[in-house]
Amino acid sequence: MLRFVFYRLLQAIPVLLIVISLTFMLVHSAPGGPFSADKAVPPEVIKALEAQYNLDQPLWQQYISYLGDVLKGDFGPSFKYPGRDVTELIAAGLPATAELAFYAMLVALVIGVSAGVAAAMRPNTAQDYIPMSAAMIGICMPSFLLGPLLVLVFGIYLEWLPVSGWDDMPGDKILPAITLGTGYAAYIARLSRGGMLEVLSQDYIRTARAKGLSEPLIIAKHALRGGLIPVIAFLGPAFAGLLGGSFVVETIFQIPGLGRFYVQAAFNRDYTMILGTTVFFSTLIIVFNLLSDMLAIWLNPKLRQQTRGES
Amino acid sequence: MSTIEEQGTSLWQDAWIKLSKNYLALFGLAIIVLLCVVSVLTPWIAPYGYEEQNLLLGATSPSAQHWLGTDIFGRDMLTRIMYGGRVSLTVGFIATAVALVIGVLWGAIAGFVGGRVDAVMMRIVDIMYALPFMIFIVLLMVVFGRNILLLFGAIGAVEWLTMARIVRGQVMALRKQEFVEAAHSLGLSQWTIIRRHIIPNTLGPVIVYTTLTIPSVMLLEAFLSFLGLGIQPPQSSWGLLINYGVETMEEFPWLLIFPGVTLSLTLFALNFLGDGLRDALDPRTSKD
Repeated sequence: MLRFVFYRLLQAIPVLLIVISLTFMLVHSAPGGPFSADKAVPPEVIKALEAQYNLDQPLWQQYISYLGDVLKGDFGPSFKYPGRDVTELIAAGLPATAELAFYAMLVALVIGVSAGVAAAMRPNTAQDYIPMSAAMIGICMPSFLLGPLLVLVFGIYLEWLPVSGWDDMPGDKILPAITLGTGYAAYIARLSRGGMLEVLSQDYIRTARAKGLSEPLIIAKHALRGGLIPVIAFLGPAFAGLLGGSFVVETIFQIPGLGRFYVQAAFNRDYTMILGTTVFFSTLIIVFNLLSDMLAIWLNPKLRQQTRGES
Repeated sequence: MSTIEEQGTSLWQDAWIKLSKNYLALFGLAIIVLLCVVSVLTPWIAPYGYEEQNLLLGATSPSAQHWLGTDIFGRDMLTRIMYGGRVSLTVGFIATAVALVIGVLWGAIAGFVGGRVDAVMMRIVDIMYALPFMIFIVLLMVVFGRNILLLFGAIGAVEWLTMARIVRGQVMALRKQEFVEAAHSLGLSQWTIIRRHIIPNTLGPVIVYTTLTIPSVMLLEAFLSFLGLGIQPPQSSWGLLINYGVETMEEFPWLLIFPGVTLSLTLFALNFLGDGLRDALDPRTSKD
């Protein structure tokens, strides 16, 4: 296991380097610099600004010094918000995004796993078809449609819940969490149904049944552990998806999180901010992929032996 | 098809029989065909012109003249959705085609050649899997402007990875099958084996995955257009229409609901068709 983690971390280094280099090249090859603003700025001011942000140096020199700064966790100053560091902005946006992602994941796991397990217990009955059809609707209902519809119904018509904001009013986190979580709940429902169906047909489940264990006990003690492996493996990619989804959900509900910062930075051509958040997101995604793979291996004895044998 | 008559017919006939019993999948197929026909014919059958405005009329709810109502500029919503659908479907099909070509070639080469080439090629796929692609597409759209051609390429470049994995796995498995070995020992040329045995047998999973890639591509396009980073006006797509609909949903909810329902229904249809095809083309399910 330790070796597996070590190798995966070793692999992460080139991936991150590729991400940084690609993003850096893309951002610097963009037509129109960050200071080509609408207002006519005197050329000497632009020169001074460029000198301040090291833009007058040759590209490779900028690249090397950027790499050095990133290693120290310093993403440089923001072009758009003078006097503020990208690191500072990321730190300001992260708590809201992390909280939103956490609640969304909670929604997704609770609804998804219970629907999937219920469906797998009675395949090809109403108990299977109803949650699985609902899951299909969840997959085909993108967050940018579901969110506004929820706002329309629960925020505007029924006036039960606030339509936007974060930490302003009680209950203003419910709609964003549901909006972001629903799609993943649907995927998780399908995955856990498939995983459970496979496990429930295994010999050791038959043994457990033959011993006279009750069905709920079989599910809880024997089947869930194996049946949820596909779900665990999905958590890593799901996390990456949640970050993307947070772009939309944070825009709809006006949540001051990283996703909204990123979209704004994209519109404002705030290059250092784009560069910094991209590197930051990539690191997060790699870490979460690793964590979900480790969890899947730890839960699955077969894989556990494989990693031991191979590495 | 004539060359694969002997091995193939039963599988394809079997698949069609199974598919025709799956009403949801047939319903999906019917909707897709209908949408494609409508999209192709839109310039002739749309009730109003694409640019036709009626500022005096403004936003009206559905009526006999305007079945789906009009937007704040008095533009007919049905016409807007029809033209938007042309763009959304085009992006869906072309970007999927890009992904299909790259993915199949990549996977087939890796699977055939094997050895070190395979290891390197699949390593590249693994590395790309770990990249935050949503972010890269946003980045590409920002850096190079919001160009529809770039959108095809960018989305296609993201979606080919899974296709490559599927095709490679399939090819690797097939190469070791007895009937391929038998064909080898009969002295058939490499190319004949590829044409007669490998391609028909990889076709099933490729068709299934292609069908399932189209909705995810359309979703990606709608997502980007919704954020204002995808299709740009005066062009229009369902994602962009949903974006406009959200802005005015309090007063004119139908401007959000109609494009939203159209998009969801299309995604539904494609997903049901894909699932149906998967069940139909999987020989292992034939015993049930």
